Amino acid sequence: MTVNQISVFLENRPGTLTNMTALLAENGIDMRALSLAETNDFGIVRIIVDDVYKAATVLKDGGFVHKLTPVLAVLIPDEPGGLHKILQVLTEAGVNVEYMYAFLGGGDVDHAYMIFRVQEPQKAALALSGKGIKLVDQENISQI
Amino acid sequence: MERYYQPEIECASREEIKALQDERLVRQVRHVWENVPYYRKKMEEKGVTPDDIRSSDDLHKLPFLSKADLREAYPYGLMGMPLKDCVRIQSTSGTTGKRVVAFYTQHDIDLWEDCCARAIMAAGGTNEDVCQVSYGYGLFTGGPGLNGGSHKVGCLTIPTSSGNTERQIMFIQDLSATILCCTPSYAAYIGETMKEMGLGPDDIPLKAGIFGAEAWSQEMRREIENTLGIKAYDIYGLTELSGPGVSFECSAQSGMHVNEDHFIAEIIDPETGEVLPEGSQGELVFTSITKEAFPLIRYRTRDICTLTREPCPCGRTHVKMTKPQGRTDDMLIIRGVNVFPSQIETVLLNHGYPANYQIIVDRVKNTDTLDVQVEMTPEMFTDNLGDIAQRQKELVEGLRSMLGLTAKVTLVAPKSIVRSEGKAVRVIDKRKI
Repeated sequence: MTVNQISVFLENRPGTLTNMTALLAENGIDMRALSLAETNDFGIVRIIVDDVYKAATVLKDGGFVHKLTPVLAVLIPDEPGGLHKILQVLTEAGVNVEYMYAFLGGGDVDHAYMIFRVQEPQKAALALSGKGIKLVDQENISQI
Repeated sequence: MERYYQPEIECASREEIKALQDERLVRQVRHVWENVPYYRKKMEEKGVTPDDIRSSDDLHKLPFLSKADLREAYPYGLMGMPLKDCVRIQSTSGTTGKRVVAFYTQHDIDLWEDCCARAIMAAGGTNEDVCQVSYGYGLFTGGPGLNGGSHKVGCLTIPTSSGNTERQIMFIQDLSATILCCTPSYAAYIGETMKEMGLGPDDIPLKAGIFGAEAWSQEMRREIENTLGIKAYDIYGLTELSGPGVSFECSAQSGMHVNEDHFIAEIIDPETGEVLPEGSQGELVFTSITKEAFPLIRYRTRDICTLTREPCPCGRTHVKMTKPQGRTDDMLIIRGVNVFPSQIETVLLNHGYPANYQIIVDRVKNTDTLDVQVEMTPEMFTDNLGDIAQRQKELVEGLRSMLGLTAKVTLVAPKSIVRSEGKAVRVIDKRKI
């Protein structure tokens, strides 16, 4: 129950992110979520897209260094304590969260989606689904 | 089995070599005195005449020549023969300023090609080999020199020159090239292109490479040897003296034998000009003792190395020079610390980075900055910023322990550092000093 995140290496100078988004736009790739991590001279852009294979192919052909990483996409009720409940489950399961980011999507206004990057995604997925928390898989992401 | 092109001279006794050098030097100094007014004036200024030069022991009495002299005497000022006796010019690749033009008689070309033939046979070449010369042809000496040497050995010679890398690989495969001659950075690039084409060392028949014309580290040698599946031999030379083949590596791969029947090598202190004892590191100086058209006496190469006459397991008796450890003029002085680009290359390769890099030196608020730009590779990239930053920190630490100063490491996008088919531009010095 994981989705594939694409991480892309970008030099930290004007235009590099634009070059990447241009490439995705030209190839009709729809981004579901995006998060940026940066240092002074380079950055990593992490994206969730509708068509992972196609995105990875066009990025490679476009000369971008990239990597696929399995991450968890969790459906979170948009209410106080929604995130807290999920983090509690992960803490109890002894899962360390490396980073996370959120997005809203589709017609569903009562829920948000949260992307979690963890060391052991299978173990975390089992712990979450065991508590009745809904995970989104690759196919669902494409259809949002 | 070690092979020699001219065993009687390559393996002559030290006494025979000394006697030959004595005789040829005396004759050459007289030739220059009579035919090169520019150098005669230098000798007169120093109060030296040909009568003072009775053997190679008197060499130290003679004045030096430098690249500045070659520029001043450009184009004909250092010629030792009338133009009607010359058949060729070659010219430097101009990486350090104005071009230098050197002249050759047919005899000069013949001896130069002998030197290159010695290098090819030392790399195991015979008339059964197919030798692909991917050095540039034209004014640059690399192509013509190895081309001539390859003919002399009797190899089937493929004069591809540099460029069109996929075609180079096609010829290596289709015509079963066994020896490749080019710059080390181009050899690395050919290897990189092969990988992209999905080819490994077992897909090509190459067994040896003769690589020169620029500085390269032992680590780069191993990398080229692994990607191409060959043994990589170093070759050294200067256009001013003839071209490649002034010295070359044998199977021992522990230094390059100077062709001492044509060139006398000295090591001097670059500051004082004093000759240093054998084994000392200093500036390499060459005297050409057989060249007719462009006879240079005590030419300062700016290359820093050491010489050794210790017996070599290959059987050759000619003095060996180490790979140049840098040049007196590409040596960077950064915050007072001497830095050689080859040291930086060693650290990069040891840390798993590619050999494509660029060193940018600048001065900000009166302090020198050293920025090493290196390309990110798919192997090194992860989604975790911390891991990448950690590797970057380890590289900075590695550079600090090698150089004794802190460098900034910048990771740049793949293929963003310009690839070279000749000499790579490794250093950009923006300082205005």
